[in-house]
Amino acid sequence: MNGNTLTMAGIGKSFSGVRALQGVDFTVAGGEVHALLGANGAGKSTLMKILSGAYETDEGEIRINGERLDIRSPSDAKRAGIHCVYQEVDTSLIAHLSVAENIMLDRLASPKGSAWLRWGNLHREAGEALARVGSRIPTRKRADELTLAEKQIVLLARLLVEEAKFVILDEPTAPLSLEEAERLFGIMNGLKKAGIGIVFISHRLPEVTRVSDRITVMRDGRVVLSEPAAGMQAGDIVRAMLGRSFEEEFPKTDAPIGDTLLEVKGLTAGHRVKGVDLTVREGEVVAVVGLVGAGKTELSRLLFGADPADQGEVALEGRKVASAAPADAVRSGIVLVPEERRKEGIFVGSSVLHNLSLPILKSLARFSFISGPGERRHAEDMIGRLGIKTPSPGQLTGFLSGGNQQKVAIGKWMSTDAKVFLFDEPTKGVDVGAKRDIFRIIGELARQGKGIVYLTCEFAEALGLADRILVMCDGRIVKQFARGEATQEDLLLYASAGREDLK
Amino acid sequence: MNHKISQFSFKYGALIFIALVLVFFSLYNEYFFTYSNLMDILRSISILTFVAIGVTISLTVDGFDLSVGSTVSLTTVTTATMMIWYQMPLVLVIVVPLVIGALVGLLNAFLIVKVRIPDLLATLAVMYIVSGIHKTYTKGYSVYNNMQFQDGTKAPGVMNPHFLWIGQGKLLGVPFPVILMIVAVIGAHIFFKYTRQGRQTTMTGGNEEAARLSGVRVKRIRTWAYVASGVFAAIGGILYTARVGSGQIDAGAPMLMDSVAAVFVGYSVFGAGRPNIIGTFVGAVLTGVLINGLTMLHVQYYTTDIIKGAVLVLALAVTFIHLSRKKT
Repeated sequence: MNGNTLTMAGIGKSFSGVRALQGVDFTVAGGEVHALLGANGAGKSTLMKILSGAYETDEGEIRINGERLDIRSPSDAKRAGIHCVYQEVDTSLIAHLSVAENIMLDRLASPKGSAWLRWGNLHREAGEALARVGSRIPTRKRADELTLAEKQIVLLARLLVEEAKFVILDEPTAPLSLEEAERLFGIMNGLKKAGIGIVFISHRLPEVTRVSDRITVMRDGRVVLSEPAAGMQAGDIVRAMLGRSFEEEFPKTDAPIGDTLLEVKGLTAGHRVKGVDLTVREGEVVAVVGLVGAGKTELSRLLFGADPADQGEVALEGRKVASAAPADAVRSGIVLVPEERRKEGIFVGSSVLHNLSLPILKSLARFSFISGPGERRHAEDMIGRLGIKTPSPGQLTGFLSGGNQQKVAIGKWMSTDAKVFLFDEPTKGVDVGAKRDIFRIIGELARQGKGIVYLTCEFAEALGLADRILVMCDGRIVKQFARGEATQEDLLLYASAGREDLK
Repeated sequence: MNHKISQFSFKYGALIFIALVLVFFSLYNEYFFTYSNLMDILRSISILTFVAIGVTISLTVDGFDLSVGSTVSLTTVTTATMMIWYQMPLVLVIVVPLVIGALVGLLNAFLIVKVRIPDLLATLAVMYIVSGIHKTYTKGYSVYNNMQFQDGTKAPGVMNPHFLWIGQGKLLGVPFPVILMIVAVIGAHIFFKYTRQGRQTTMTGGNEEAARLSGVRVKRIRTWAYVASGVFAAIGGILYTARVGSGQIDAGAPMLMDSVAAVFVGYSVFGAGRPNIIGTFVGAVLTGVLINGLTMLHVQYYTTDIIKGAVLVLALAVTFIHLSRKKT
């Protein structure tokens, strides 16, 4: 150990008046793996963004070996030896350059040193760095020919060259297979031996308890637990993560459940969705819960025909759905309210009126000419029914609040003959009032005999709203609960355990 | 206050500018603001307007079509040769160039929508191909009545007088090309404003992914937009032949930039900020007024380009300053 110690003390941060962090203390020693855990929105990524210089802290201080640091930008953090490996490795690599150039990037970019490149030395030094993390990736390979795991290794080798003292690994194992994750843990061990302090963020609890020396859990912007990893149980961690957070009130409206509407068998696409089976019946709300990156969004896009599936069948009322494009899914009666609302759900540059009528132009038009009064009546009716707060139907949708934009994204499907509604994280970035409206709309749809698939990472919502809950982890449905059977703890445990622990 | 001024100049700037230009030219030359001169202006921009409508349609789905100019050239010489070389009936003389325009559009759509070459690059390549075809076809010569071939023989045909009437005739005192132009502008405006496919086209241009996820068949929409662009360029080519009475080589070359300029001036009309038919028409009118007026001022034709460019810069500056303010 080299005895470096990084201390964050009394860190506080607010975003437009909302406290994201409050009095957070966090310490990493050189040569230790310190796991940082917390549910979505607990504040762990805000804390790490402050450490890596993406945000400036409002209060508190950061010290290395007792010396105060002033981190105002990512380059300040790097100069102090604090590096971050983000989950999206591609943003940190230059695709058309070789592995060696990518590893030595800082050296190449630095204004110091020789103006001439010495290719021999470059490749030799890069190769040495790779050897230190136990890898033998050819240094002349282009970065875009690497697998995801290899790209991570390249970034870790770069850390050695840049003489990092502290490293933040932001969910590095999420996109990896089990063997690849094992290899990564080996490399982390190597970094530890080199005296580097590692902040390890992960949602997979078993691996966290195994590879970490110390575990810190955050909730609602505070540290709620910080203890040596030895002897900690997954159950303790889950309880600390959830706390006794109040159960929000979710008005579940009872709807009679009828025949099977949607039947999905063995749906597979790439690494993100692996053989998903799913049935939804008339009037039933099926929640698919999982952590961020579990494959929920990918599943919803497959069901809607937005992405092509490798394998598997989707049948609606017993008839096979040929989902080559969303237009086919819409025609057969499956619609999606996508997660990326502003990019995919609505047209921010168009009026509420035009947004609401796009999928039903056919029924509003005669001989292809749209009936102006008809379109207006439809929009006004929908605005009233869903409680969309807009000064007029002609208002640009981009000027509405997040919740009202979401209602527009839902409202455009309300007048279609859709039978199955897919909701992907519909409450993301939505205020409480609009949230309640959205739940009311979903209840209303269920009463009309529609089938609902509700994909979310908010476990409390799933517990309140769903007739049945499916837990998704690593692209698979790992567990099913009927209404009232599960607690938040159960859901989190299955969502973070992964498959290997269920057998 | 400052904000209000920018808002106002964005909305009505282009129209006020045209009005000022009209007043200026009228005061300078009493002949300028007469019925016959105004009709001359409209007639002079009728071909440009057709091409510009096509460019507006392709830009509406976020696709730049650089091939319209050479499509005009190709259809111009095709129209002329069909009469002068082959003495075809009038129907074919008009239908064949339209088909050619549609085919060029289909080729563009194939390269952009299917092969996924970026629009500018694909249509640049097609521009070269089409331009090469039209020169190869005529061996680099313009096509005129009873033209003499290289081997000394003469072409058998002449321009059909009915055909020439399309470009040169008058109906109730209004030049026929002007009537065609007005019909096309109104038709295209109605299409975008009141029809289902028009709405889907606008929405696809607004956000292609959101349109796709709303069940719009975006590939079909984008394909038709390029085809429409080619067909409107072809109409421009036909009108060109009818107007000048011969098939000029490279007739469409200046059309590309003039039409694109008209469309971008149109961005600033009524604060649209996006391609729109009425704006395009206003842009074309502004071009026509400027050229006509400047010619009366005895400004040389090569100097007018400087003024056209300056006007375009002005319109674009107003548009984009406004758009970037709106975002923040």
